[in-house]
Amino acid sequence: MKLAYWMYAGPAHIGTLRVASSFKNVHAIMHAPLGDDYFNVMRSMLERERDFTPVTASIVDRHVLARGSQEKVVDNISRKDKQERPNLIVLTPTCTSSILQEDLQNFVERASTISESDIILADVNHYRVNELQAADRTLEQVVRYYLDKARRQGNLNTSLTEKPSANIIGIFTLGFHNQHDCRELKRLLKDLGIEINQVIPEGGFVDNLHKLPKAWFNLVPYRETGLMTAKYLEKEFGMSYISTTPMGIVDIANCIRQIQERINIWYPTLLKKKINYEPYIDEQTKYISQAAWFSRSIDCQNLTGKKAVVFGDATHAASITKILTCEMGIRVSCAGTYCKHDEEWFKEQVQNFCDEILVTDDHTEVGDMIARVEPSAIFGTQMERHIGKRLDIPCGVISSPVHIQNFTLGYRPFLGYEGTNQVADLVYNSFTLGMEDHLLEIFGGHDTKEVITKSLSTDTDLTWTSESQLELNKIPGFVRGKIKRNTEKFARQNGITEITAETMYAAKEALNA
Amino acid sequence: MSIKISETLTFECETGNYHTFCPISCVAWLYQKIEDSFFLVVGTKTCGYFLQNALGVMIFAEPRYAMAELEEGDISAQLNDYRELKRLCLQIKKDRNPSVIIWIGTCTTEIIKMDLEGMAPKLENEIEIPIVVARANGLDYAFTQGEDTVLAAMAHRCPEQNLLIGKKQEIKDKKGKELFSFRFPETEEKKNIKSKNNLEDKIPLVLFGSLPSTVASQLSLELKRQSIHVSGWLPAQRYTDLPALGNGIYVCGVNPFLSRTATTLMRRRKCKLIGAPFPIGPDGTRAWIEEICCVFGIETQGLKEREQQVWDSLGNYLNLVRGKSVFFMGDNLLEISLARFLIRCGMIVYEIGIPYMDKRYQAAELKFLQNTCKKMCIPMPRIVEKPDNYNQIQRMRELQPDLAITGMAHANPLEARGINTKWSVEFTFAQIHGFTNAKDVLELVTRPLRRNNNLENLGWTNLVK
Repeated sequence: MKLAYWMYAGPAHIGTLRVASSFKNVHAIMHAPLGDDYFNVMRSMLERERDFTPVTASIVDRHVLARGSQEKVVDNISRKDKQERPNLIVLTPTCTSSILQEDLQNFVERASTISESDIILADVNHYRVNELQAADRTLEQVVRYYLDKARRQGNLNTSLTEKPSANIIGIFTLGFHNQHDCRELKRLLKDLGIEINQVIPEGGFVDNLHKLPKAWFNLVPYRETGLMTAKYLEKEFGMSYISTTPMGIVDIANCIRQIQERINIWYPTLLKKKINYEPYIDEQTKYISQAAWFSRSIDCQNLTGKKAVVFGDATHAASITKILTCEMGIRVSCAGTYCKHDEEWFKEQVQNFCDEILVTDDHTEVGDMIARVEPSAIFGTQMERHIGKRLDIPCGVISSPVHIQNFTLGYRPFLGYEGTNQVADLVYNSFTLGMEDHLLEIFGGHDTKEVITKSLSTDTDLTWTSESQLELNKIPGFVRGKIKRNTEKFARQNGITEITAETMYAAKEALNA
Repeated sequence: MSIKISETLTFECETGNYHTFCPISCVAWLYQKIEDSFFLVVGTKTCGYFLQNALGVMIFAEPRYAMAELEEGDISAQLNDYRELKRLCLQIKKDRNPSVIIWIGTCTTEIIKMDLEGMAPKLENEIEIPIVVARANGLDYAFTQGEDTVLAAMAHRCPEQNLLIGKKQEIKDKKGKELFSFRFPETEEKKNIKSKNNLEDKIPLVLFGSLPSTVASQLSLELKRQSIHVSGWLPAQRYTDLPALGNGIYVCGVNPFLSRTATTLMRRRKCKLIGAPFPIGPDGTRAWIEEICCVFGIETQGLKEREQQVWDSLGNYLNLVRGKSVFFMGDNLLEISLARFLIRCGMIVYEIGIPYMDKRYQAAELKFLQNTCKKMCIPMPRIVEKPDNYNQIQRMRELQPDLAITGMAHANPLEARGINTKWSVEFTFAQIHGFTNAKDVLELVTRPLRRNNNLENLGWTNLVK
């Protein structure tokens, strides 16, 4: 048992539902008790979906507990088959049904004989994988199912498209800025003269999956979802894949160079020439994206050496860490991720770009780390945003889990060249603006608010005299918390219980020494 | 599908494929209500994910609740439940020092048959904090029924008080005694001097149902105006202030979903239940007070005028809703009372979906609904227990109601199809009880209608291809 207040990644069935409901005309039926269909609320509210979420529950109630589901699941599947005529029905187990150990595969087989839809059972273990891993697995399972089916029926088409083309794998519902990223990736590929073969799962039809092998290569923008599918396609059809996330100027260039490499394997034999994207990269980097210029501009100078903390899923946390360090000269004191299953990759990616690495899914650990590091800005999830609020440290949200405000109506990609502009804005706006910062220091701040405790601990063994309290109030708001904590730390170390103005200065001197 | 609107109340039962919140959501409002409590939800990641998403920002405010997240070792009994729970509860005691820990049992604890009720008394002795067990799981209950299970469990913890009206009062346990002397400080002599009205004061009335403290005191005040003294609330603001219960004590519910609590109070605590409509809307509030007064043999004073006053103040809202139709998809058990109020406001109700219908506990409310329909000359709505959302949406397509009161899963898709919606969850969290808050109910109901008045002529009603 674990005492938990908050979690970064959801339970496995959420991952399965996200993949299933991203495809068009696919229906998911959860084997779950009443109230577990909360996914529908999230999709309807966060994504502001206009359509009914194609997820229903085959309710597990007392009777099911006593006698088993019997006909119920099969009935629900065939009912949905008649009502909506989906191409595919995904029977989704939940934590409840996985303990019941009913033979859901048997229900799938029975229902297959009477319904016209294809039916599969999502193969995920609730107690071993989280939302992201389950999404990865389910996507692979669906792709595998349809490619096997196509092979059996003999309509598998593995001949490459005439012009270079790509599949984009892993764009799906409730993903962090996925819709915008997808649009940006399509634009990038179009600029490179590459056609989009398919985008899965978002907006894709399962009946088209048999055409996946026609693409020249696969692009997996996010590590969390799509890698399994890409690896499967590589193994079965020799399709190569690119998993470098095109986020930040450096990595976009890396990604494009890898694409060039893949294309030049086939391109010369088909079209008698080699492709060279270097001029494109150069043009985009220098003149189209504003991020490279921004790094040179004097505005960005003020950010040099400022401390930041990064936390999020593996893809976003790693990319943002690299952008902050390599492209903006910001010092990342700690980079972390909650994707514990991808720990090795993450460490390898950020090793030389930050002072320390934190891999945990416990938000209190992250909170304590931030309180200890005292960065000038945080780049994290909604949880870090709230930690930042309590500590009075600005935070830019760069990764799931997110709120409705991160599903923006406006165009806000994180990937591609437009993404670099968005990220630069986000980073710049998160730090206290340079000039404002400077003026505050000169004029002693304009913040006359009462000081409240800003540490995460609730220790109250120290008292401030009215005189030292007054002195503290003179310190500009944005550093006041830090001075207060340093003074208290100093006081504790020296066994002082009442803090006077002298203590404050002594602390300052001790710190400088 | 044929749609009939019948002359008498008809009850139907569908498949139970409907959307609602999991009953563990009751911790959201109960931990705020009971200030010295700590809620420990013993369940899986699924439960935790629901809570953190459904409760949104509250999760960041250091709530007094947490998940005891079951891991694979707990499910396969490789770990000892008792030891694990003890470890977590000691941690909670150390960090928060609550006056009570409430264990919320979930689907998983039901399926693996974790004996929470058996473990609680043992652990309670060991760690010296009361542990109350409520099985608020999705296998048995829907949404607000979660509160019902918690209050029913808590009813067992109320101090005992035996009272024979008109005779000398017997006080059994110490706690009850303290409470008692605090509540009834008058000496014998004083009592004799006092008027008849104060004699009624002595009949203890305990109200049950969790309401925000302002709403609770508003209702207490309404009763005080009729010379009825509310001797306690279940739940009180603090666990240590639970009201005394026992033979001869009258109890009355303020919410329609508290049937288990009512049963427990009657059968186990020997209280006398006053069956009344619920104090939602001015009509409901008046009927509720009248029923209580009637039981106590008190003639009500100025109630009719008070009700009229409230109706008069609602004029603007009533003009908006009059003649409009409503469809309740059903998810929080407030549906009957709300429908009754809206019919009295002049609306037409096509269908009242409801997760569970306790015809005995809601008897007075159902009767009141029937009378209201007759009075307003409006056909009786059909009451659909355990509704099927898919069928309901088909029915709605035909009926095209002016307003659908529905869960958040369906709200946006219905709006995109040109049907106005109001999220039903808001009725659970808003203040809707008593005379004072009737306005708030109509504020909620008319919001989509008022929005329409503003956007009317833009031609954007239907937004799906």
